[in-house]
Amino acid sequence: MITTKNLTKRYGNKLAVDDLTFSVAPGEVLGFLGANGAGKSTTMRMIAGFIAPTSGSVSVCGHDIETDAVAAKSCVGYLPEGAPSYGEMTVSEFLDFVADIRGLSGPQRSARRALVIDRLGLGSVIHQVVETLSKGYRRRVGLAQALIHDPKVLILDEPTDGLDPNQKHEVRRLINELSKDKLVVVSTHILEEVHEVCTRAIIIADGKIVADETPSALEARSRYHHAVSLRFDKPEQLEAATRELAALPEVAAVESDKRELRLTAVPRGRTSPLSAVSALIAKYNWDVPELHLEPGRLDEVFRTLTQPAGIDVKPSEGAPV
Amino acid sequence: MNQVAIIFRRELRSYFATPLAYVFIVIFLVLAGFFPFQVGGLYERNQADLQPFFQWHPWLYLVLIPAVSMRLWAEERNSGSIELLMTLPLSLWQAVLGKFLAAWAFAGVALILTFPIWITINYLGSPDNGAILTAYIGSFLMAGGLLAIGMCLSAATRNQVVAFILTAVIAFAFLLLGFPALLDLVRRVLPAGAVDAIASLSFYTHYMAISKGVIDLRDIVYFAAVIGFWLTGAALVLDMKKAE
Repeated sequence: MITTKNLTKRYGNKLAVDDLTFSVAPGEVLGFLGANGAGKSTTMRMIAGFIAPTSGSVSVCGHDIETDAVAAKSCVGYLPEGAPSYGEMTVSEFLDFVADIRGLSGPQRSARRALVIDRLGLGSVIHQVVETLSKGYRRRVGLAQALIHDPKVLILDEPTDGLDPNQKHEVRRLINELSKDKLVVVSTHILEEVHEVCTRAIIIADGKIVADETPSALEARSRYHHAVSLRFDKPEQLEAATRELAALPEVAAVESDKRELRLTAVPRGRTSPLSAVSALIAKYNWDVPELHLEPGRLDEVFRTLTQPAGIDVKPSEGAPV
Repeated sequence: MNQVAIIFRRELRSYFATPLAYVFIVIFLVLAGFFPFQVGGLYERNQADLQPFFQWHPWLYLVLIPAVSMRLWAEERNSGSIELLMTLPLSLWQAVLGKFLAAWAFAGVALILTFPIWITINYLGSPDNGAILTAYIGSFLMAGGLLAIGMCLSAATRNQVVAFILTAVIAFAFLLLGFPALLDLVRRVLPAGAVDAIASLSFYTHYMAISKGVIDLRDIVYFAAVIGFWLTGAALVLDMKKAE
């Protein structure tokens, strides 16, 4: 269980984190999203107890991170941004060091150690010095040290940054598995990750929470939620189709991608224009090899929420989050 | 206390994981052997003691101790591992103490490795081995004081070179305060009490007192206070700006 109350961090005149209050329960995988510099890492560092808040408080597993720091830190596994470790140690020595500090001993220690080495595929580099490892391996070493004591709370700052697609997939699978009995907070700016691993997403911009809901609810905010996308085979049909689709009362706008021969009918209101669109396809006998209903586009919602001006849907102050 | 021991072990091992430790020890041993014989006139004095050996230690430490202390925190800061260390379940004091003791033990190892000079002098004559032991203790205490200064300054920066230079400069100032030539100058303008107060702040004064073979409680208290003061400073600096 993590609870933050009016968490605020100020660097000089700059307000990095502005009055964050939220709580996360076991079993939840919270995705922490935001543009670079929005305050993600600062917030995670305060939760992990690395930096002290200017005001407000954080409690982790019932322990205040400032007044009862050691107890709070004991129940957390933390992967800092960039996965720092001690470069001159071998992977084995490094894991031993963390296991010692975490107070692991006896058969439990060897079992946990063997488990994380196996799960993160570190067996082949176990006697290699950390600074000679590739970025992907270093990230995995960072994850291994965060997991070695089987923590109740996992805080991972950009866990998949620098990994190749296979490793990314592997880490996401690991997080999904862990989330059964743990509380996981993940920061990322890879939006596809949110859908794959998170049960809840908080978007922050300029240190404030601008959205806090499930990934599906976030997608539903998109203007592309329930939009219909069609791919054509014949370029000459594209223009007529654009005209016909735009004339439908259910369609607010039609966007066309000439290179891919794709049209997207953006719905007006909450109902999907799917049936009207399929009726048109049948009526004019268009060649449409691909037709699908969009769930919404997270990247568009993200941009809308985190860019302050010059966009069509700007969230008003105090919008329901 | 267990956490201190774990940090101590990791830190000491990391000294020997890089060539730096060996380079340091070799340079220290070469210089510690060169000065007493070539400059200090250890043979020519025809006295069976190690005064010419110990009187060079402050000057050797001036250059070599900052090289030991510079990496203590600057490197953690630079590589970002400080974030890992500070989010592990241990207190800031345990980390500071573990690191300091490791650096001190390392300096102790270098000092112990000068034993051939002790064997030599025992072969040549019959020195007062009690006095030699006392001088070794004094030298070790002085190394501790300088390392504590170095640790505090290393905590203030992420650049090891800056840490090295700052430490050398401040250590030099502390040494100079007790230097007879400087004190003679000061004596012309200040009353004797003030001059003694200035001199008593210096490593040089206290170290020279011990290295003559007399352990005075005041000298020990002095070094303990210096170490305590600068380690507290290190902890404060880290607490204030560990994330920068």
